[in-house]
Amino acid sequence: MIKAILIFNNHGKPRLIRFYQYFAEDMQQQIIRETFHLVSKRDDNVCNFLEGGSLIGGSDYKLIYRHYATLYFVFCVDSSESELGILDLIQVFVETLDKCFENVCELDLIFHMDKVHYILQEVVMGGMVLETNMNEIVAQVELQNRMEKSEFVFISRM
Amino acid sequence: MSDVVEKTLTALPGLLLSLDSQPGAAKLCATSRLGSLVRSITELTSKNVGEEMAEPPAGPRSPKQMKEIMVRAIYCEMLGYEASFSYIHAIKLAQQGSVLEKRVGYLAVSLFLHESHDLLLLLVNTVLKDLQSTNLIEVCMALTVVSQIFPKDMIPAVLPLVEDKLTHSKEIIRRKAVLALYKFYLIAPNQVQHIHDKFRKALCDKDPGVMTASLHIYLKLIKESPESYKDLTDSFVTILKQVVGGKLPVDFNYHSVPAPWLQMQLLRILALLGKEDQRTSEMMYEVLDESLRRAEINHNITYAILYECLKTIYTIHPKSELLEKAAKCIGKFVLSPKINLKYLGLKALTYVVQQDPNLALQHQMTIIECLDHSDPIIKRETLELLYRITNGQNVSVIVEKMLDFLRLSKDEYTTIDLVGKVAELAEKYPFPYNSWFIQTMNAIFSIGGDVMQPDIPNNFLRLLAEGFDSDEEDRQLRLLAVDSYLSLLECDTSGLPQRFLQVISWVLGEFSFLKEGLEPADVVERLGKLLDDDAITTETRCWVLAAMSKLCGSSDALCKAEKVAHKYTSCLDTALRQQAVELELLGRDVDLRTRVLPQHVIGFCVWLQVDSSLSFLDGFVSDALARGAAPYKPPHQRQEELSQEKILNFEPYGLSLPVSLSACSLTDRQSPTALSLSSSLSGNSADPPLKAGSNLLKLEGVKRVWGKQGYLPEKQATEEALAQEPSSIFAPSHQQACSESQQTTFSTIVEQDQEKRQLASSLFVGLGSQNAPCLLGKPEASSSQRFRRKVRPEDPSDVNRSLAVSSSFSHSSSALDVLLDNAIPDPTAVCLLVEPASAQNLSDSTSEAVPAVGNTEVVEASEVSSLSGGSGPLAQPSSQVERGLESDLPSRLPATLVGLLRSDVEELCSGESLSLSACKVFDADALVLAIFLKGAEFVLFSLFVCFSLCLNHLYSEGVAQCQGWEEHLNLGEASLYHSVSPPASCSCRPLPLTTEEYGKMWLSFSHDVKQNLMLLKHEEEDQLEAALTALKEKLCLHIVDVIGAEGIMACQLVSGRPCLLHCHTHGGMLAIWLRSPIADLPDCLLYHCQKAIQER
Repeated sequence: MIKAILIFNNHGKPRLIRFYQYFAEDMQQQIIRETFHLVSKRDDNVCNFLEGGSLIGGSDYKLIYRHYATLYFVFCVDSSESELGILDLIQVFVETLDKCFENVCELDLIFHMDKVHYILQEVVMGGMVLETNMNEIVAQVELQNRMEKSEFVFISRM
Repeated sequence: MSDVVEKTLTALPGLLLSLDSQPGAAKLCATSRLGSLVRSITELTSKNVGEEMAEPPAGPRSPKQMKEIMVRAIYCEMLGYEASFSYIHAIKLAQQGSVLEKRVGYLAVSLFLHESHDLLLLLVNTVLKDLQSTNLIEVCMALTVVSQIFPKDMIPAVLPLVEDKLTHSKEIIRRKAVLALYKFYLIAPNQVQHIHDKFRKALCDKDPGVMTASLHIYLKLIKESPESYKDLTDSFVTILKQVVGGKLPVDFNYHSVPAPWLQMQLLRILALLGKEDQRTSEMMYEVLDESLRRAEINHNITYAILYECLKTIYTIHPKSELLEKAAKCIGKFVLSPKINLKYLGLKALTYVVQQDPNLALQHQMTIIECLDHSDPIIKRETLELLYRITNGQNVSVIVEKMLDFLRLSKDEYTTIDLVGKVAELAEKYPFPYNSWFIQTMNAIFSIGGDVMQPDIPNNFLRLLAEGFDSDEEDRQLRLLAVDSYLSLLECDTSGLPQRFLQVISWVLGEFSFLKEGLEPADVVERLGKLLDDDAITTETRCWVLAAMSKLCGSSDALCKAEKVAHKYTSCLDTALRQQAVELELLGRDVDLRTRVLPQHVIGFCVWLQVDSSLSFLDGFVSDALARGAAPYKPPHQRQEELSQEKILNFEPYGLSLPVSLSACSLTDRQSPTALSLSSSLSGNSADPPLKAGSNLLKLEGVKRVWGKQGYLPEKQATEEALAQEPSSIFAPSHQQACSESQQTTFSTIVEQDQEKRQLASSLFVGLGSQNAPCLLGKPEASSSQRFRRKVRPEDPSDVNRSLAVSSSFSHSSSALDVLLDNAIPDPTAVCLLVEPASAQNLSDSTSEAVPAVGNTEVVEASEVSSLSGGSGPLAQPSSQVERGLESDLPSRLPATLVGLLRSDVEELCSGESLSLSACKVFDADALVLAIFLKGAEFVLFSLFVCFSLCLNHLYSEGVAQCQGWEEHLNLGEASLYHSVSPPASCSCRPLPLTTEEYGKMWLSFSHDVKQNLMLLKHEEEDQLEAALTALKEKLCLHIVDVIGAEGIMACQLVSGRPCLLHCHTHGGMLAIWLRSPIADLPDCLLYHCQKAIQER
């Protein structure tokens, strides 16, 4: 199960935080700080997996991260998830963002935080991987966007 | 809140006011407002300003504006600013807004609140409404929020609606519904039990997406009880076959791999199903082979599948052909230039190496390279791997590597974990030489500092105190310790961790007399210097003072110690003060001093007979248990249970410190026969063409580093030098200079290479010898979770009958039911078989035969028999009651139990007209308790209770007398009280093994415990044999072999879990060494051995 998804920039400023297991507010911030501390000091040519860190779940938890330009995408998962699988899931997520925002950048994540959350909801639901097919995710999100554009309740009968 | 609002109203930035002035602002505007909020926040430093900015001004706002503000609140929360005032607005928005606003509301709720938040209750109705909505999007949103966050108590309210969605026409809804149900299952498993067949339907859904979602549920369910889902194996295999074969629509392809995540999930499920189950495993060999073959494309995701495949292959019942292929695949990982793959390769090796050490041999050079890798994660993983392959021969090299890593590592978590491992290795293996041990422990103490587990120093001190076989060696070890600590104290001690200082002071206090020519006063003085350091903690000061008190034998030392102690007699810390006052008192009272500090008695640590089982607490513990307290679990078991949630013991840090308590009481350093057997084997393997070589080891590509005299550094060096020479000879003269320089670089490379090879040879010593047994007997890495398996009655008709009986019987035997339900600590571990007493006997007898006496019991009995109806008469009039129990009752045992070993029939209790007796029958896989209820004139019935004897039982029994059965029995007017406690031996069955099998098993078991037991009867001639026989009789052990002063025995639990014992007598002591694949079994069994020996 995915315990948390954290996106922060090179300076450790959080850009998107999604916890699937409850942590108190200050604990969340501490986790973000510790995770940033762990991830940021690693070079780009080392492996994308990290273990240890005592905050989420202790020994039973791994960090799987990818670094894109100014952003770190970190997934905190328990031992039942496949490392490489999650790594590709991050890729799928980022590609989807890229498709939805057209050349996604850090600012998109800040100013369209809600949309990023909606996209994420289509990928991961309650800590479980829901959809891994980028086209499917984009279709779902676009359906919702269409609703936004038309500004009235769009009753879909599809 | 009101003051916040007030503050907001007065200090509200223009940004929010401007929002007020343009209702219905366009989207662009909203973004820019969020933008300016973002900007303002970054410029601000105070926390509550953030709050103020997001606070909606008092006064009505349209949901649309609320939506914008809510996004802002989410942003503030993300940055860590408290925005709790907005929670209620988020809920309102979800309740009242249109779809768009609802969406933001739901999102905010799921981000802000947690499952037990009170406000969540306000959302339940909204969710219910939305679930019934015709708008797809609303339904989706409701399902999403339900799966993210929903109050447990409210699940029943939405459950039927969510269930309905399983049959919805849109696949996305079905899929989300399945995941929502999974979430319900996670938080309240008993509430969704009734819909398990709906999960099956979801598994068979025509849409692969829904099926994928349902696999989440199955993975969880199967992890909990693999037995009940074996029938699905076939379906999973078929699904995987279709997926692998590309039968899914192209939509599901990811980088032209068909549904990779689905494949991984399926492989994981198969691993769970096939674990320790040959029949099920056989069903999946083909598809696993296919998966391996298909995963050829060089993309990340295929490696992900491959990795899962490897894990599965090594988890299920092994098949050599597949293992071979899997081994090749591991090679692909390990040798890959991609660092992620290398990491996974190492992980796979770590897991596999316990079964097949050869693989580590094949990749030894890569492993060596990884040891020097720049990535600390890779390094750590490599050390983990080395830790698993440690044996007596390579322990010093591996420990050195680990310490090197520790010295550089800053991470506390790594330090704690690795220090524990080093300490474990140092204690576990017979050290090459004593000084190595002391040095290693010193390094551990100074590196581990105060973060390491406290039992490491404790174990070390105990080891020093209790010593080993030979007094001379003990003396030497202690002397070495004293020496090294004295020299440490001469240097600067300010950097040393507190724990280390405590160890130092204890050792010096206890053993410094061993060093000749060392004045106690000297030691006192050095210890006194420690106290001058302000950084030292009070606890350490106590230790130092305690050490000083022990050294007060001479007046000189006493004088110095008193001077130091005097300072602390008025100290505020009570412990320290007491220590100081005690020392002073000791100084004043000469008599007392001579009594407590006898001059140089040989070995200060006099053998104290300690009741290590703490049997004097048994009463207390059983009282506590009777009051419903949970039985005690030792820390390592608790830790293990936590880590056993995982599929494999793949996680390196799960079992961070299984330092077995008694590993330190290594009083017996001689390896048991089995071990010496193996060491002679590995000795052989060092022979020339190498047993390993002829052993079909795949050593191509691996430089042979072994020769007749061990490894061959020199020989190779010369060979390589020879190889170099021609190149320089044939080099044209004008290129001489150039080639020379080349040659030097070449030779340095060669040198480095050489070093690595040497390292390799020292690291992988002794690995080749153990391969054969390990491949066959897979060590059970994590099995104790399956202890609670139910004992199934084999004959279904039997079950039916017994069920019928028990139900029809319930009327009169409610007391019995209660008894059966309550008496056994864990109801799941028990299966009841209530059977009519020996049916054959009964068939001819009928209730008319009951003498019509006005006796209440008889009336009861006939009632019973009429109730039982067609299921066979229960009551049986008996004219033989007056006969002895022994002769009569056992004959009533059913035929299946007749031939089995059983105990005598004992009368448990009796009343005026009723009596209850029982006997224990030792079935192969259970303990059957046969209970006879006997009235004055008849035997009412027999009741059989199968205990599925599990470790828990043995264990709780080990802690205190097992509760067993204890109940008042009310039958009619007669009331009985009885109690039965099954003895430990009920759980054990002899395990017939040959010495050879024993040797193999011994090596593959990981959990061991050692202890010395005092043999009370010194006069016996053959102490060993007497002890063995006693153990055999009391605990049903099988004596495998007796070799000289050593005896080996084997037993197994009824659940089939083995435990091996090795006994060895010397000087009135019996050294017992137990090994088992299960963590607690040795501990428990040891307790029983101890009892058995004592009672003898």
